Amino acid sequence: MTRISVKVDGTAYQDEVEPRLLLVHYLRDRLGLTGTPIGCDTSNCGACTVDLDGVSVKSCSVLAVQADGSDVATVQGLARDGQWTGLQRAFHEGHALQCGYCTPGMLMAARDLLRENPHPSADEVRHALEGNLCRCTGYQNIVRAVLAASEQEVTT
Amino acid sequence: MTGQEIGRARLRKEDARLLTGQTNWTDNISVGGLLHLAILRSPMAHARVDRVDVTPALERPGVVAAFSGADLAGGLGSLPCAWPVTEDIVLPDHPPIAVDEVRHAGDPVAVVAARDRYAAADALEAVEVDYTPLPPVLDLEAALAENAPLVHADKGTNRCYDWPLRAGEDFASVRRRADVTVKRRYHQQRLIPNAMEPRAVVVVPVAASDEYTVYSSTQIPHILRVMLAVVTGVPEHKLRVIAPDVGGGFGSKLQVYGEEAIALAVARRTGRPVKWTESRSEGYLATHHGRGMIQDIEIAATRDGTVLGLKADLLVDMGAYLMLVTPGIPILGAFMYPGIYKMGSYELNVTGVFTTRTPTDAYRGAGRPEATYAIERIMDELAVELALDPVELRRRNWIRHEEFPYTTIAGLTYDSGNYEAATDKALALFGYDKLRAEQADRNERGDGVRLGIGVSTYTEMCGLAPSRVLRDLRYAAGGWEAASVRVLPTGKVEVVTGTSPHGQGHVTCWSQIAADVLGVPFEDVEVVHGDTRAAPQGMDTYGSRSLVVGGTAVHHAATKVVERARKVAAHLLEASERDLEFTDGVFSVKGSPDARRTLQEIAFETFSSHDLPDGMEPTINAGHVLDPDTFSYPHGTHLCAVEVDTETGHTRIRSYVCVDDVGRVVNPPIVEGQVHGGLAQGIAQALFEEAVYDDEGNLVSGTPADYLVPSAPDLPEFVTDRTETPATSNPLGVKGVGEAGTIAATPAVVGAVVDALRPLGVHDIRMPCTPERVWRAVREASR
Ligand code: FES
Ligand code: FES
Repeated sequence: MTRISVKVDGTAYQDEVEPRLLLVHYLRDRLGLTGTPIGCDTSNCGACTVDLDGVSVKSCSVLAVQADGSDVATVQGLARDGQWTGLQRAFHEGHALQCGYCTPGMLMAARDLLRENPHPSADEVRHALEGNLCRCTGYQNIVRAVLAASEQEVTT
Repeated sequence: MTGQEIGRARLRKEDARLLTGQTNWTDNISVGGLLHLAILRSPMAHARVDRVDVTPALERPGVVAAFSGADLAGGLGSLPCAWPVTEDIVLPDHPPIAVDEVRHAGDPVAVVAARDRYAAADALEAVEVDYTPLPPVLDLEAALAENAPLVHADKGTNRCYDWPLRAGEDFASVRRRADVTVKRRYHQQRLIPNAMEPRAVVVVPVAASDEYTVYSSTQIPHILRVMLAVVTGVPEHKLRVIAPDVGGGFGSKLQVYGEEAIALAVARRTGRPVKWTESRSEGYLATHHGRGMIQDIEIAATRDGTVLGLKADLLVDMGAYLMLVTPGIPILGAFMYPGIYKMGSYELNVTGVFTTRTPTDAYRGAGRPEATYAIERIMDELAVELALDPVELRRRNWIRHEEFPYTTIAGLTYDSGNYEAATDKALALFGYDKLRAEQADRNERGDGVRLGIGVSTYTEMCGLAPSRVLRDLRYAAGGWEAASVRVLPTGKVEVVTGTSPHGQGHVTCWSQIAADVLGVPFEDVEVVHGDTRAAPQGMDTYGSRSLVVGGTAVHHAATKVVERARKVAAHLLEASERDLEFTDGVFSVKGSPDARRTLQEIAFETFSSHDLPDGMEPTINAGHVLDPDTFSYPHGTHLCAVEVDTETGHTRIRSYVCVDDVGRVVNPPIVEGQVHGGLAQGIAQALFEEAVYDDEGNLVSGTPADYLVPSAPDLPEFVTDRTETPATSNPLGVKGVGEAGTIAATPAVVGAVVDALRPLGVHDIRMPCTPERVWRAVREASR
């Protein structure tokens, strides 16, 4: 067992964890933060994407102990005081989700992209989301939603 | 009907929870004392199980229980096949957990229950199993030979069934008088569904009374409850099945899985709540696959391009066992091979074959994509043979809009459609003539990157299904759907539906339907689904049936509510029912608009019941169970342009245009989104996806790293549009849309790839058209 302290969506946690425990299982099973889902066991699907100290990572490919001392942001911390982010609004308005299973990962990956590149092209959005699989939407509305969110940032 | 909700681009009510991570996936569910299950699976395609010893696993930390197949056999019956398509079908026993033989890689042999998921997974290593390998059965044709090794030795054959269909003139005589015949063999590769949410099940015993709540990531909570009762012997009224948020299904969750039965059995044996969640790689072995078929197709026509007849012989890979509807999948497709074309002769034979591979069953379109692929591809070949443009050949043979209703050679009566309109619109959007000119130019120049154009004019059969038709096809259940509408005392509305959505937006669309009939605000409607206690009657969601059957049932139930409310209104307003108008949720007396009662007022009056018509039951709530009279037939025209690099074999989709006619549209963005998702799958079958087995029967494409699910850069921007020919068989005029893209896209894309390479002598490419296959085809043709 290893002692870790992490901040998740603004709340600080101290825990003893097995060294092999994956961050995604720590979030889901230990902290009960089940907003971040698991879609695969090979780090291919991106469903579990979270933000670790300002970098988007697949939380199934990070050990909880590696997150010691870090700041983690998940989909559950995106909305502030009930106000959705521009990306969440754009996904809603653009029908960019169907079953919604890929959505947390898509939002977190897209957020990371827009931070790095606030005005991406459609191609850049597609490439940035390459590691996030969606089986429902065919991606078109997701790409459009990310572009729409990037435009809103300019006007608001 | 008074409202304007239908046709309106309402934003989805479902989204808020999903966008903020406040979700209720089955794997999120946790209760005190929960045990996690891990399942040990066969590493071999076929073997005798000589010994299973779970006792060493019990010594591992955190392990509470462990069972072999033999340990659980007393409490677990065979998994059901509900669609024995012929009288003499071979129905093998299908134990949820193998007892003496394993028949595909991934077949379960033991289960461990532990206090956390890591401990459960670890303990699997300690289970001891001795196997004696048996020969795998992998080739569909060889499996039918005399002396072939048998998947189910006690059955004496690998042939599951033969199902023939003959209609019109004898095909042999048509062949003799035809000017041209074209014959092809197509392979429908196996696909792995890959719903983004892996399957999961949680079983919670309720007190000490042999009652259980089963949460499952399922499309079919109602059917699952019946079948779990049959398989486990827990009486149906002691089982409550809940489908919480479900992260996609595409047919793969239209199933009663061994793991669901195993979880219930273990919860029963231990008296503890249990959870099983598959890993993706485990799902590749254990969740049913789709497609898996060899199609021998022959078409006969006259010199001017009039199709005379069609013959299709199908060899279908059942896999190792018959799952819920495995044998019926090709039968669903059987009626669709003639597509939208008129012809006088049709002959089909389906042969189901057992192999030592993961069972197949319904997947995205289920039988209909295979049928559409075959007819659309062979129409392309016929066009080449006759030196006709492929669109022109279709034009000469399709049912013209003034000919509806039209009964096809396969015996289906298409109620409405307009293939000309959809095709003309698609051709214009696509810029067909211009692209053909560019193609000719590139061919002339011998360009290393060839342009190809593919067309698919499809129809599909939705609205499953009239129960009497299902009876004739020997399907065990009916095809009805239930809905009820409750107007609460405050005037808010609850719609209860027997459909069970997993991304399709039922809550939003059913709210629109009910709001329109009742004249209440969209926001005032809530939709209850996916829980056999809250929504006790239903046939669930699959095959693009939900809107056509379930949505129409909501419409009828709401209409009954209005009629009941009308009686109360007439009584209160001292008017005759005939003199009442109902507009925007308000009853008023014709000619005296001040005499009015809102539906909400009537709901409260009924709640208090102080002043109702004599003898009236004090409720305006109503239910409706709808058994459809017929199917519905959406259609459309899809066009695809590809650029194929003859040096690398790489295919790039340059443009994709589709015009779908799904009848009346309830929510346009939802329809468009469903088309997009379907296109992604249709394109993926054409270009990327295939479950590959090696000679031993191991699944080589056993992880998402080896099985190419397309991601955003693999797919183009789609141009989607629609025409609207309302269905005549339901009051909403709706036809269903979920599978349209999947069904239409595959032949359009493969057709385009072949079209690009035809000048180089390539006449077919087996799916998926990977760069390697394309490259080889080009090399071989130029030799
Ligand atoms: S669950 Fe992490 S990438 Fe799939
Ligand atoms: S919305 Fe279902 S997987 Fe993306």
